[in-house]
Amino acid sequence: MLNTSTAHELLVQLHKGQIRHCDILSDIRKRIDRIEPKIKAFVKINPDIKIEHNVSGVLSAIPIAIKDNICVKDEESTCASRILQGFKAPYDATVIEKLKSAGAVLQGKTNMDEFAFGSSCENSFYGPTHNPWNIDNVPGGSSGGSAAAVSADESIFALGSDTGGSIRQPASFCGVVGMKPTYGRVSRYGLIAFASSLDQIGPITKDVSDCALLLKVISGYDKKDSTSADLQVPDYTKTLTKNIKGVKIGVPQEYFPIDSSRKSNTIIEGIDKDVSIAMTKALDVYRDLGAKICEISLPHTEYAVSVYYIIATAEASSNLARFDGVQYAFREDSSDLIDMYKKTRGSGFGQEAKRRIILGTYVLSHGYYDAYYLRALKVRTLIKNDFINAFKKVDCIITPTSPTTAFRIGERADNPLAMYLSDIFTISANLSGIPGLSIPCGFDRNNLPIGLQILGKAFEEELILNVAFAYEQGTEWHLKKPNL
Amino acid sequence: MTFLVSNVILGNKLESFERKFYMAISKKDVQYVADLARIKLDSDELTKLSLQLQDILEYINKLKNVDVTGVEPETHVLDLKNIFRSDLLTPSLPCQEVLRNSHQKEEGFFKIPKVIE
Repeated sequence: MLNTSTAHELLVQLHKGQIRHCDILSDIRKRIDRIEPKIKAFVKINPDIKIEHNVSGVLSAIPIAIKDNICVKDEESTCASRILQGFKAPYDATVIEKLKSAGAVLQGKTNMDEFAFGSSCENSFYGPTHNPWNIDNVPGGSSGGSAAAVSADESIFALGSDTGGSIRQPASFCGVVGMKPTYGRVSRYGLIAFASSLDQIGPITKDVSDCALLLKVISGYDKKDSTSADLQVPDYTKTLTKNIKGVKIGVPQEYFPIDSSRKSNTIIEGIDKDVSIAMTKALDVYRDLGAKICEISLPHTEYAVSVYYIIATAEASSNLARFDGVQYAFREDSSDLIDMYKKTRGSGFGQEAKRRIILGTYVLSHGYYDAYYLRALKVRTLIKNDFINAFKKVDCIITPTSPTTAFRIGERADNPLAMYLSDIFTISANLSGIPGLSIPCGFDRNNLPIGLQILGKAFEEELILNVAFAYEQGTEWHLKKPNL
Repeated sequence: MTFLVSNVILGNKLESFERKFYMAISKKDVQYVADLARIKLDSDELTKLSLQLQDILEYINKLKNVDVTGVEPETHVLDLKNIFRSDLLTPSLPCQEVLRNSHQKEEGFFKIPKVIE
């Protein structure tokens, strides 16, 4: 049952000669054969996974699942969209090049909301992925396939992408670790763009050590992505000390009442009771670990969702203009060029993609640009400043990852706004560029996982990884497995 | 989540007051924007989308309450200026690779419906 292991455990066993490379792949294959029909985490599984890359690399022979919006040379990369059916990437994304040279084995592509538009993995051309903790529930999204594959032990770890919470929220729903690195930490070259000023690729793993390990491999400056940061990449695995004595942890009063007995300024309503209880208990764990918990304020919190859905859809409407039936595989024929564009995009995109492109076009259109887009950019400045001010007082910030646990498939399908509002805790990190991760911190009354989000200062991933590691090593939530 | 949604639907007093001053998005507006975005919508889609967009726009209109006087717009979180590379020829994808995924191609070109009469 090597498929249930983490990468760092497998690497130790490989070094000691206790297991062979092929044993890992064969256990993964068996698990996929048995479980995948229930979970549907993958949109494509490489039929013949084998060790073909660098056997001496740091991730030698470790299988990894890749979200379907990350380009792998000569393989289909469809963003779970009809409009990209048959599209085979002519090059590797930079993160894929790095994984290949580290010796990782690419298992296949995972399901997602079409073009990463969604928080449930239901907006996929291939149909929904199921949550391993309850197959009637969503795995979260948009990186729902990656999170479900890791949670169900169909993969050792996976890559996702996070534009407004698309790594952290599914990690929370599936009871695994998921991290959005600082904007610019990881190259976006070869990630099919949704919102270029918000997108970041990041790890989804079974524990914090693997998160640090995978982040180290994929990070770094890339001249092919001019927004990647030209900074040294620390060895994140070396700074996991568990020692967080004196670390100052902020709890935003607008998100969550630090002291439930007194009247709070919490403006985010609708937090599930079990999520609140788990949060309160997690703060107690941190107090016991020697951290200092302080209340902070992020006064522009209530505007984050509005700002996000203006900026993200505006950027998406521009990025998705390229899917016009000319360069990529899918086209609806017509004798008229404009009509060909319209028909191709009308039937190639799903409902949520159309909704977002049209909303994005609207907020950028003449007469609305100043009222929506420009105003949103200004409020984005205010949201970023909120975090700059908060980080003058504290070293990191803790919040629930999502106000609720995994909801049922279909429950929010017809209410896009309700779906958007479930991203309330995660989107500010994308708007302000800071890193954030989600770790398991308990279960609700229905045995569905709850996630704890830790946000840090830009390019200070070491600190939040260590804060996560200290909690993880003091609890056992990350060791719980779904009963499949 | 029903809690959050009901908040949005009911709105607070300020929002209800504001709502009168913002034109609802009509089907005609949605059709116009869909044309700009080169997306064909059938009539059911148009009706549904108009209602959903109206809800979403009403929600995002809360931005009107924020005082943004003197605030600079944030286009990018990193402190980056224009990034230039030296003007040198570097390897790029061969033509057949670029064309490989296209629906129709001919003699090294993308093929599209006739645009000149």
